[in-house]
Amino acid sequence: MGGYIKEVSWGVPNMSTKAKVSPTKTQELAYEFKVKDAMTAEIISVSPKNTMDDVRKLLQNERISGLPVLDRGKLVGIISIDNFIDCIMSGRIDEIVENNMTTKVESLYSDEPLIHAISKFDKLGYGRFPVLEHETGKLVGVITKGDIIKCLLQKLEINYHMEEIQRYRASHIFEDIKSDKTTLTLNYKIKGGDYKHAGEQSGYLKVNLLRLGISPPVARRVIVASCEAEMNIIIFSKGGEISARVEEDRIRVNAIDNGPGIEDIKKAMQPGFSTAPDWVREMGFGAGMGLPNIENCADEMKIDSKPGEGTNLEFSVFMER
Amino acid sequence: MRIKEVIEILKGKVICGKDSLNTEVKMACGCDLMSHVLAFIKHDNTLLLTGLTTSQAIYIADAVNIKAICFVRGKQPVEETIALAKERGMILIAVDIPMYEACGRLYQRGLVGCSEYEHKG
Repeated sequence: MGGYIKEVSWGVPNMSTKAKVSPTKTQELAYEFKVKDAMTAEIISVSPKNTMDDVRKLLQNERISGLPVLDRGKLVGIISIDNFIDCIMSGRIDEIVENNMTTKVESLYSDEPLIHAISKFDKLGYGRFPVLEHETGKLVGVITKGDIIKCLLQKLEINYHMEEIQRYRASHIFEDIKSDKTTLTLNYKIKGGDYKHAGEQSGYLKVNLLRLGISPPVARRVIVASCEAEMNIIIFSKGGEISARVEEDRIRVNAIDNGPGIEDIKKAMQPGFSTAPDWVREMGFGAGMGLPNIENCADEMKIDSKPGEGTNLEFSVFMER
Repeated sequence: MRIKEVIEILKGKVICGKDSLNTEVKMACGCDLMSHVLAFIKHDNTLLLTGLTTSQAIYIADAVNIKAICFVRGKQPVEETIALAKERGMILIAVDIPMYEACGRLYQRGLVGCSEYEHKG
């Protein structure tokens, strides 16, 4: 029984059958998850006064191999497949559960880490454990090895999916292209007044930067600043463009619009200063944090703006070395 | 704290993402100003509590890698907002209580704020 568990690799480092994920990841997950995350909360149980024939029907109909025995809500025993076989072999199928159950029940608490459950399965070789709530001792679920496998596989599948996204990277183009200086430019058109889609283009930029293999912290700073710049174009101008250049040592972003221009750049840089109309504020923008936010995220920033003509905001975030 | 505990504590309803309620959040931020969201949320695994249910809330939250948003004061997002969240694999929940109470109850149960999380290192 214990061997079955080991086949799926719980993360014992020197095991011969290795799952595709690194063993430590499974182990990590088994520590991260609690028993209650994997258990089945819908409990199928019998009472001590039921007959063993009732048990047979339940085992067959529900396709399970054991049952907790509950007396007025309290866990008093467990019927395992072994108990059931013993009972058939000695012709006691019409007897009541009480006389055939195991009364010394090994259980788990719902808030224990999953790794405790795994080692208990390994040690005792049982097929299932009742799960009790720590504070009240109330039966809240049942856990089987199958439940544990399902829970971990689900989590691994999510992780795997995310890794796939990360793997689909275009970073190799920088290595493949032989030139003294390679720059990739990503342009995004921003419609003025289109507040409904505010942040959408920066979202695309984010996905693309990550695909290019830009480190997440660097991408994050670029995106926060670019979101603010996008917002400014939407709120204040008739439209413009965000262009992001991936250079060897930095991401350089230009947010250019033909809008009204900034009257007083120094004033606009003050946190809290805003000329945004009320409807913009109601949407959660225009709090006067835009330019200060950009400045905080960027390693370099400059604004070129003339009232009546337009604004060119340029900022750079340096690649981490 | 797992999202399903957040739902339990706030008696919230899941709008989308019911398959990933085991997602863990390490800290929370209660905020209606999107610029503040951009400025103050610096780590993944942050829960955002907000009254803003428009599509920008999703775009902005996504920009800072937020996995779960809790809409307070009984506000329901429109279909478009929900569709955007689904596309991004985000969890959306709605609670009836106001912002202050929602934040307070989570804080009381040990979910720290962004600045405290940073100080903890």
